[in-house]
Amino acid sequence: MRYRRPGLDGLTHLLLIIGAVIFGLPLWLALTASTHSAGDLQSGIAPLWFGDQGLANYWQLLSQPMPGLGVSALRLLGNSLVMALGIALGKIAISLLAAYAIVFFRFPCRTLCFWLIFVTLMLPVEVRIVPTYGVVARFGLIDTYAGMILPLIASATATFLLRQCFLSLPSELFEAARLDGAGPLRFLKDFVLPLSRTNLAALFVIMFIYGWNQYLWPLLAANSPDHATAVISLKNLVQSTDTLPPWQLATAMTVLTVLPPVVVIVAMQRFFVRGLTDAEK
Amino acid sequence: MTTFERHSLTPWLLLAPQLVVVAIFFFWPAAESLRQAFYVQDAFGLGERFVGLANFQHVLASPGYWHAFGVTALFSLLVAAGAMGLALLLAVLADRVLHGARLYRVLLTWPYAVAPAVAGLLWLFMFDPVLGVLTHALAAIGVHWDAQLDPGQALALVVIASIWQQMSYNFVFFLAGLQMIPASLLEAAAIDGAGPFRRFFGITLPLLSPTAFFLLVMNSVYVLFETFATIDSTTLGGPGGATRTLVYKLYEDGFVGRDLGGSSAQSVLLMILVGVLTFIQFRYLERRVAY
Repeated sequence: MRYRRPGLDGLTHLLLIIGAVIFGLPLWLALTASTHSAGDLQSGIAPLWFGDQGLANYWQLLSQPMPGLGVSALRLLGNSLVMALGIALGKIAISLLAAYAIVFFRFPCRTLCFWLIFVTLMLPVEVRIVPTYGVVARFGLIDTYAGMILPLIASATATFLLRQCFLSLPSELFEAARLDGAGPLRFLKDFVLPLSRTNLAALFVIMFIYGWNQYLWPLLAANSPDHATAVISLKNLVQSTDTLPPWQLATAMTVLTVLPPVVVIVAMQRFFVRGLTDAEK
Repeated sequence: MTTFERHSLTPWLLLAPQLVVVAIFFFWPAAESLRQAFYVQDAFGLGERFVGLANFQHVLASPGYWHAFGVTALFSLLVAAGAMGLALLLAVLADRVLHGARLYRVLLTWPYAVAPAVAGLLWLFMFDPVLGVLTHALAAIGVHWDAQLDPGQALALVVIASIWQQMSYNFVFFLAGLQMIPASLLEAAAIDGAGPFRRFFGITLPLLSPTAFFLLVMNSVYVLFETFATIDSTTLGGPGGATRTLVYKLYEDGFVGRDLGGSSAQSVLLMILVGVLTFIQFRYLERRVAY
């Protein structure tokens, strides 16, 4: 292209590399600190390079109960996984059915149903946190996976998105399926689902990260360590002690907590960008 | 779109799971919030008394609420300015490069996957009074850092952690916006003799303004709700309420202080605030569709 300037290109790469390094620095420092012993860390500045205690630190986290919490990191990561998958898959499942009903059927109160679901877009769980706790407690769901997952599924982002996606399918498709004698379930399974695969994958990436990173709700709903999540445990690790935080464990736990969602986002980069920009349209 | 006409029960069966979940876990609590905002509970939580708008009057007359409002507004402003400025700069750069564009995109977007609570801890570690890298760097230039005692530094800590995280979100949208700008426009300007900076301020920036406005609203919503975790894992709202945002105060009054009426009134006020933000956003979306 005529208007490119080679000199500016070098500067562009330089600035981008500086940006990437600065954005990577916090995680890099956590990674290097997690391979040093507690004594090493207390004797000066956080190290910029790896030490030799990495295996010992991670092994301690994964095999022994965490100080101040009493369960191992393995359990915490497992809880996070259950919660993230429960939210992602649960939300996609109920939203898929609801969006399918709204787009492909005519029935009384269709618009009302859509608006009832649509209104939930406006209020995140943080706003109605106290009464939500009351409702979940009334069902005896405090400290259960169901109680941790259900209130976070009660929102319309996914329904809204899938509705847009279904509306964009060509209507000839629907007529062809009717001519072949396909009923509602056949049509969903053989036509709609395969055609919305990309959107479903994008939705899954966004919802998995949303679920894995939840903080306030699991903090309240999982009040025993047995159901605590990885994200919640970090606060415990850093703030529970009166003395210096055990940074070698805290940074190792940070790395373990950050890894699954970061792997998802990097591996599914294409879907992630699509999911993010779709979700806000 | 044509529809399945002869099925009258099927749509209800399909809708049932979502409607049930939304009714129980959304509308019930939201209605409860609304109701409790007009009642006062006695100290033992046994009885309650209708008090009209007294809870709202009480909340709106308390200096603590307005202080939290001010903290939230300042917080939003700083995060929006910082995260959007950085994201725009990096997106413009990433849009220019031909080689390695995908790698840069991955390297600049992964912080989106980091939980806000974890983002807070990563920066808490960098600013640790004993071994923090940045604490030592600041000491070298004569700045004494102690976010546990200094209100301004505590706010700076959570603002920096939030900017770090929110940048990646803004970056994705700015980059998508940049890629939608027709190359022919920029080429025409180049042929007319406009340099890179002239093209940026004359064409790119005006065409990005809808994206920027949308991001401004989204960044405010982020600060309103998501930063609860950042604050709770680092400064706990302190020192002296310097980092106590509206949602943090709501949580403290409702769960720690057990003030149901007061916290419900705050919930309702937040609902109104979010409603206004959503309304603004939809108005803007309509306009964007129009042109």
